[in-house]
Amino acid sequence: MQLIKSDINIDFLGKQKIGFALSLILIIVSMGSLIIHKGPNYGIDFVGGTLVQVKFSQNVAISDIRKGLTQLGLKDVSVQDFGQAEDNEYLIRTSNSETMENNLAASIASSIKESTGIAPNIRRVEMVGPQVGEDLKKKALLAIFYSLLFITIYISGRFELKWMLSGVTAGALMTAVYFLSIFNVSMPFLITAALVITLALYWFLSLKFAMGAIVALIHDVFITVGIFSLLNLDFSLPIIAALLTIIGYSLNDTIIVFDRIRENIKGGQSKDLFTELFNKSINETLSRTLLTSFTTLLVLFALFFLGGEIIHNFAFAMIIGVIIGTYSSIFVASPIVLAAHNRG
Amino acid sequence: MKVFTFKRMLILGILVTAIVCLLPTFFNTWPHKTINLGLDLQGGMHLVLEVQNEKAVEAELERSVHELKKELRDEGIKHLGISRQKNNTISARLQGEENKEGFEKIISQEFSNLLIPSPVTATDGVTYTLRLPDAEMDMIKKLATEQALETIRNRIDEFGVSEPDIRIQGDNRILLQLPGITDPDRAKNLIGKTAQLTFQLVNDDASVDNALKTTPPVGTEILYQNKMDPATGNVTKIPFLVKKQVLLDGSLLIDARIEFDQFQQAQVGIEFNRKGARIFDRITGQNIQKRLAIVLDKTVYSAPVIQDRIAGGKARITGRFTTEEAKDLAIALRAGSLPAPVKIIEERTVGPTLGADSVRMGLLSMVAGGILIILFMIIYYKRAGLIADLALIVNIILIGGGLAAFQATLTLPGIAGIILTIGMAVDANVIIYERIREELRFGKTALAAVHGGFEKATLTILDANVTTLIAAIVLFQFGTGPIKGFAVTLGLGIIASLFTALVLSKSIFDFILQNKKSSTLSI
Repeated sequence: MQLIKSDINIDFLGKQKIGFALSLILIIVSMGSLIIHKGPNYGIDFVGGTLVQVKFSQNVAISDIRKGLTQLGLKDVSVQDFGQAEDNEYLIRTSNSETMENNLAASIASSIKESTGIAPNIRRVEMVGPQVGEDLKKKALLAIFYSLLFITIYISGRFELKWMLSGVTAGALMTAVYFLSIFNVSMPFLITAALVITLALYWFLSLKFAMGAIVALIHDVFITVGIFSLLNLDFSLPIIAALLTIIGYSLNDTIIVFDRIRENIKGGQSKDLFTELFNKSINETLSRTLLTSFTTLLVLFALFFLGGEIIHNFAFAMIIGVIIGTYSSIFVASPIVLAAHNRG
Repeated sequence: MKVFTFKRMLILGILVTAIVCLLPTFFNTWPHKTINLGLDLQGGMHLVLEVQNEKAVEAELERSVHELKKELRDEGIKHLGISRQKNNTISARLQGEENKEGFEKIISQEFSNLLIPSPVTATDGVTYTLRLPDAEMDMIKKLATEQALETIRNRIDEFGVSEPDIRIQGDNRILLQLPGITDPDRAKNLIGKTAQLTFQLVNDDASVDNALKTTPPVGTEILYQNKMDPATGNVTKIPFLVKKQVLLDGSLLIDARIEFDQFQQAQVGIEFNRKGARIFDRITGQNIQKRLAIVLDKTVYSAPVIQDRIAGGKARITGRFTTEEAKDLAIALRAGSLPAPVKIIEERTVGPTLGADSVRMGLLSMVAGGILIILFMIIYYKRAGLIADLALIVNIILIGGGLAAFQATLTLPGIAGIILTIGMAVDANVIIYERIREELRFGKTALAAVHGGFEKATLTILDANVTTLIAAIVLFQFGTGPIKGFAVTLGLGIIASLFTALVLSKSIFDFILQNKKSSTLSI
């Protein structure tokens, strides 16, 4: 069987303006949402708070649960349905973490038992103190930073076969970050600065493929974060894991296309025909770019629909990341490399 | 041609090893190492405690103040007040220059751990600001954390949790993993109890009401007793004016156990060692007709009037305990008090029913995803798809074997990692097969196409997997608990899929092509 014919020939780069516009819209929407919501919607993992998942043996009104909770005088309480309606399962969240009498979950359970008349089954309790939240946030950002750093080093070395240069790049990057960290700047700023420095270095050193890959990577992660912010979904530890996996995985498609482009360049094309060569490479690898993403999406959808509520957002983040990553390898990474080629 | 080549034997060896490692998880066979389920799958409690070990430093300074006063009194050196300051120093004011020499002698002889700075002389006296060296302070803090760990371990052991994992994390944190806890509230209460038992005299010379309105007299403090009205269930707090001096504390206990009074009310009977019994004998003898407050974690439990000298070193703590409360208090007292209070700064508890649900749903989506992939590969690549499917099944066996062999913990995100691997493992096969098809289109023979396909796809596959592996390694380094489980299965999955795609699949192709004369390929 063959879904994508081998003689397929789509003028992808002719449509790069459409791709550019689409990416720009997605980025602007993401940025807008992040600005309006004042950053990602951090879950209790990162800001501290308490989350209690309760299950009732029969249907209860959310308003009754709320009534019970108001007596406790908690800050920023929210109650929401969890999972299927027939499960009678609810998620209670509050920014309180200092446990009053050491047992917030127990007092929540007893007061909603009073207000609803049914004793809830406490299925899950997560309490994160503000200090731990800070620590976890720092760890998460460090993890993102280091994976970007190592992947940058790897792809600049591997794509351009200039390990020396990539070593220099990494050295420069680490030095710059070290100096910035002396001034105690915040982690998000540090990561942004590191990325800007990386891109500037690639530009000057003319590491075209590495630059294309990194821009596509930033594009994918940023839009995934933006969509999460837009849909007001919680940003928790598993989502960080999903983002890192996306960073690693979305490169797969880019690598497939880039390898083919380089293989074809070796054939010795004149510079005028680069656009054609890029198009040819993308078309030749199109079936495997799409199929690899398809198989991954297949299992991710299984996880999304059958894996249960706890893993739901993780699967969702991965689905967005894989789709955006496939799109960006064709419409972001390749046009950038082409532009860089045409320039120099 | 040979059937048993070195490479095939190696593949077989790896597969058999993985199966042997995996078997004990399902049957009771050698090597008896099963895959550990994380707390999110088997249910249990994850706690991070912060030992407030600066309190241990304060207690040490408080002790020094107490001893210093006693020494100065014995030596007849007059002072205008010695007290612990907020910034962990001791401020000592002497009456005049003539006391300086004697004071410094006592400090250097008896309190060698305190630094003696030059005194500040003012009109109203000479003030010394004594402090502990930083190294000493760090040592006290470190010891407090270690001692807290030991105490909590003892309490957990007595409480009866199978396979608890308790360890120090960072400078002052203790991480507890308690699988299968059925009553998390009770466990938390037991762990968090400081269990600082003290015997202090009630100050009956001054009125409590006056002290409440103004400040308590020097050397006394106000502590409360919680009294519950059995009819209404309301708790009232009764203030007591108690002398700060601790006559006897829980460190000299040798036993604590639950007892019942004539009304079947639970109470805790305690017994002191010989030294403790001697002290108890003396203080009860010296303070007849005075009230002795039994104080636990700064709460008065009872304050009976001493009727007579009590020899034998036995006492009771009463206070309307439930049987469970009394039992846990006895455990806490037996295991010893915490050197400093602890605070729960992170808790993640998963009930056993939710854990079971997570396992069920995780396995369901794994099977569903697996079947979808297997069907797709057969439909799209026919017989070659079957080889990819075989490789996929081997891949899952390898991950399982790896988890068991490394004694890694399988968590819910870990199951997600396996599911993700199922989707990503066939990626390598897709890349190879597409390349083989391409080679076939160029008119190459089946054998040449397969060789060309594998050869040209290998580097791309390696690259693509290395970047994901980097992400997995970083996640393993920075992740905690469940996320670490994800990093483990993802990492194992990547390595396994490199093996199954580049070594196993290729070997199967070679085997088929070697035994087949025809040059057609079902792909």
